[in-house]
Amino acid sequence: MLKDYVPPYNATVVQKLLDQGAVLMGKTNMDEFAMGSGSTDSAFGPVRNPWSYSASYTEQTGAAPDSDWVVSGGSSGGSAAAVASLTSYLALGSDTGGSTRNPAALCGIVALKPTYGLLSRHGLIPLVNSMDVPGILTRTARDAAIVLDILQGQDMRDSTTVPAPSSPTELPEDFDVKNICIGIPKEYHAPGLSDETLAQWSRVADMFERAGARVEQVSLPHTQYSIVCYHVLCQAEVASNMARFDGLEYGHRSKVDASTEAMYATTRHEGFNDVVRRRILCGNYFLLKQNYQNYFVKAQKVRRLITDDFKRVFSSGIDVLLTPSTLTDATRYHDFIQEDNRTRSAQEDVFTQPVNMAGLPAVSVPTALSRLGLPIGLQLIGPALQDKKLLSVAHWIEQRVGFPSIRDFEDSSERRNEIGVTKTKQTSAV
Amino acid sequence: MAASSVAASELLYNMKKQILILHPKASCLIRRISTRSSRHYSQPQPRAKSAPEQLVGVVGLEIHAQIHSNTKLFSGSSVRFSAPPNSLVSFFDASLPGTLPVLNRRCVEAAVMTGLALNCTINRKSLFDRKHYFYADLPAGYQITQQRRPIAVDGMLTYSLLGGKKRNQVMRKNVHIKQIQLEQDSGKSLHDDLRSQTLIDLNRAGVGLMELVMEPDMSCGEEAAAAVRELQLILQALGTCQGNMSEGQLRVDANVSVHRPDEPLGIRTEVKNINSVRYLARAIDYEIRRQIDVLQRGGRVQNETRAYDSKTGETVPMRDKEGLQDYRFMPEPNLPPLIVYEDNTSLPTGTDACQAVVVQKIREGLPELPSVKRDRLVQTYGILPEHSFTLVNEDGLVEYFEAVLKSTKKEPRKVIGWVTNSLLGHLKQHDMSVSQSPVSPPALAELLELQETGHISSSVAKQVFQEMWRSSGKTASRIIHELDLGLVSDMAQLHSICQKVVDSNPDVVQAIRNGNQKVLNKLMGLVQKETKGRADTALVRTILLEKTS
Repeated sequence: MLKDYVPPYNATVVQKLLDQGAVLMGKTNMDEFAMGSGSTDSAFGPVRNPWSYSASYTEQTGAAPDSDWVVSGGSSGGSAAAVASLTSYLALGSDTGGSTRNPAALCGIVALKPTYGLLSRHGLIPLVNSMDVPGILTRTARDAAIVLDILQGQDMRDSTTVPAPSSPTELPEDFDVKNICIGIPKEYHAPGLSDETLAQWSRVADMFERAGARVEQVSLPHTQYSIVCYHVLCQAEVASNMARFDGLEYGHRSKVDASTEAMYATTRHEGFNDVVRRRILCGNYFLLKQNYQNYFVKAQKVRRLITDDFKRVFSSGIDVLLTPSTLTDATRYHDFIQEDNRTRSAQEDVFTQPVNMAGLPAVSVPTALSRLGLPIGLQLIGPALQDKKLLSVAHWIEQRVGFPSIRDFEDSSERRNEIGVTKTKQTSAV
Repeated sequence: MAASSVAASELLYNMKKQILILHPKASCLIRRISTRSSRHYSQPQPRAKSAPEQLVGVVGLEIHAQIHSNTKLFSGSSVRFSAPPNSLVSFFDASLPGTLPVLNRRCVEAAVMTGLALNCTINRKSLFDRKHYFYADLPAGYQITQQRRPIAVDGMLTYSLLGGKKRNQVMRKNVHIKQIQLEQDSGKSLHDDLRSQTLIDLNRAGVGLMELVMEPDMSCGEEAAAAVRELQLILQALGTCQGNMSEGQLRVDANVSVHRPDEPLGIRTEVKNINSVRYLARAIDYEIRRQIDVLQRGGRVQNETRAYDSKTGETVPMRDKEGLQDYRFMPEPNLPPLIVYEDNTSLPTGTDACQAVVVQKIREGLPELPSVKRDRLVQTYGILPEHSFTLVNEDGLVEYFEAVLKSTKKEPRKVIGWVTNSLLGHLKQHDMSVSQSPVSPPALAELLELQETGHISSSVAKQVFQEMWRSSGKTASRIIHELDLGLVSDMAQLHSICQKVVDSNPDVVQAIRNGNQKVLNKLMGLVQKETKGRADTALVRTILLEKTS
């Protein structure tokens, strides 16, 4: 739909970076209109996880990258791949249901989903206006903190933004975990959770305990309804947000011009892939007068219950929640596409989307490699506007887990030239 | 609002039902409603006549008023009439992806002001929604409106009709305002049938509108027209809308149905494409007649949208769009709830008063509303109510009137006729506005002074006025001098003329002597003819009476 569209203005977050002297290296690939959790449904083809070409993966599994490569996660897979392959120190993504944290976990980098309203959405093509946030993908938590400082703040052009809380830029080097209480939500022991991810979860929880933090089990009882609720609200908003793509003012326009209706219909059929079209049709169904109460309004009510779950937990002494980011490490592309987009999204988003429903900040931090040599990440969730604190805790974890850096695939030299990734230690931008 | 109008409406409310036939041609029946909230009539009165129950019209109005503001409702593009196509379109107006609405404060204030002037309850918290439908002039595929909770509800508009045999009896009527909501205007589509294409101009897309819904409290075209006229005056006085129907600043759609009183309301049709207040009355009356006709022939009225054709004076069914539309209303997620504050004390701590919309401040700043103005004019100057109507109805006429009064000692009641008949008549004839009048207030005042002090007669004064109109800038005294129109001041000359007339009409004189006073006028007419209207009427009468006694 937007193949030949060049936007005539800069998004607020982009402009802020440019004003600070950032150099825009390029735009990255993603699932079309941010719908997906694998970055496999794009007009430009799927995104390959850089770890597919790493020594850890190829050596552990004997896999041939060109046929056995793994997905990068999604929908901001391209951005995660850019940072993970050391092409860039920073990439922006969008996070509506986990679209930034999911690929970050699968690509072994840090991702911050800021509190809703902290970063301006002016210029972010909307998926679900009430849940979208621009996401920050970096190599380390400290980098994320620097970027957050620049990007956060009220924007007149976005009526849903809030003033940024005042906090020091630098993350403390010696964050004292003795003062914090980590919550482990029991409902996040989801079916399909790999034993390795579970092990990492326990490992980091134990780390906290040994260091003197309080670690407690908590309950978020409405978690099980979250994914369905998310789908209803997401699709309803999608149907609404996509209504503007009619080929009239910009973007792809079909050659059919028998009537305005015919032009609209063909333009939208040609311009959207079937994932997008499916969501639009579902969304319109939910918004019909006869269905509105039963679907949309009910979902909003359930959303409030989910938000209240978090509120209750955070007001009972818990500072941060620790959960997995994804069910497993990255899946092979050929296995991934065996299930359709809808099913995959429902499965993969289970840990990440309740956070979007509640508008809370969350960080994904890589902790270790799996037995396949692929990254595993864990998620930290905090109360609203406590993004900095969250990053401090993430930094604490980073300092202690010893996550390895990505190394190139040591094979024939022609391979090396193709990929052009050089051996480096995992460094931060500063 | 004037207390008297409220009292009058209370009176109306408590009055028992009567049916008056005002204007047989239009078959317009006026009903007095006994209770405010219900459409059911208690205490049916025995009919004065034994005529069968007649079908009466029921009219409600849906009015879209374009807010008079510098920029649009949710974006910074300018609001201007007749600009080059697509020159006032911002990224948001064109629905470019990633753009978000930002609410225009002036539009909120305009809606609150209008709500207060119409006695509405202002909702402290109101919400915005998306109304979805696909149309070329709606770039986003949805309109942002206020369906769930509009900014103002539950108001009343009091308007007046001139009725009675001589159409000089002022009758006050009320119509309930269901709600006022803020919403976006759409763009304009121009159909080019020659090339089978439609041209879209988005200049108007996103302009702020106030949608006013008037309950079906009216019963005919005349009432609706009067209500709309009053609304126009109010909006213009407030400055919230310029109210020009021909320029599309005020758009009125009528919901018309017919029924027998005491029975439930009939099926209604919506009448659109009405470009003036006059057409509004005609369209509604036509539609009422048409529906009555359909029912009397045993047919059924269809729920449909009809367009008014001003050439034929008829309503015709509009092209059916797509049957019943489901607008898939959804809350607008990019706009938080709109909160207006009652007064400065209710502002949350830390909020600057200039940043918020404070109802009390707006209430205090309301200008004089037309009905109040009219009452004031009647009170202050002792003019008749129907005169005050005419004054307030015409832009600038009140100011003109008051300016004339400043420069003359003549009583307002004597000046008003000049302003509402002579001046206004000439203006209308030449399709001019008050500001374009070639006769300025001081000039008119001078003319009236000359008449008052006896320099010219009333008929001459009218003649002089014509001259003044034609030769703009020439003063009355100059014209009188040039054309030698001054009253005859030479008493001897006057006497001799009168004598001459008396002498040449002996039989009339005889009739007068016999007691017939009326024929004196005949003699007076002859004297006036001799003097070319320059004789003082009262004086001539006295002299003639003297001579014929």
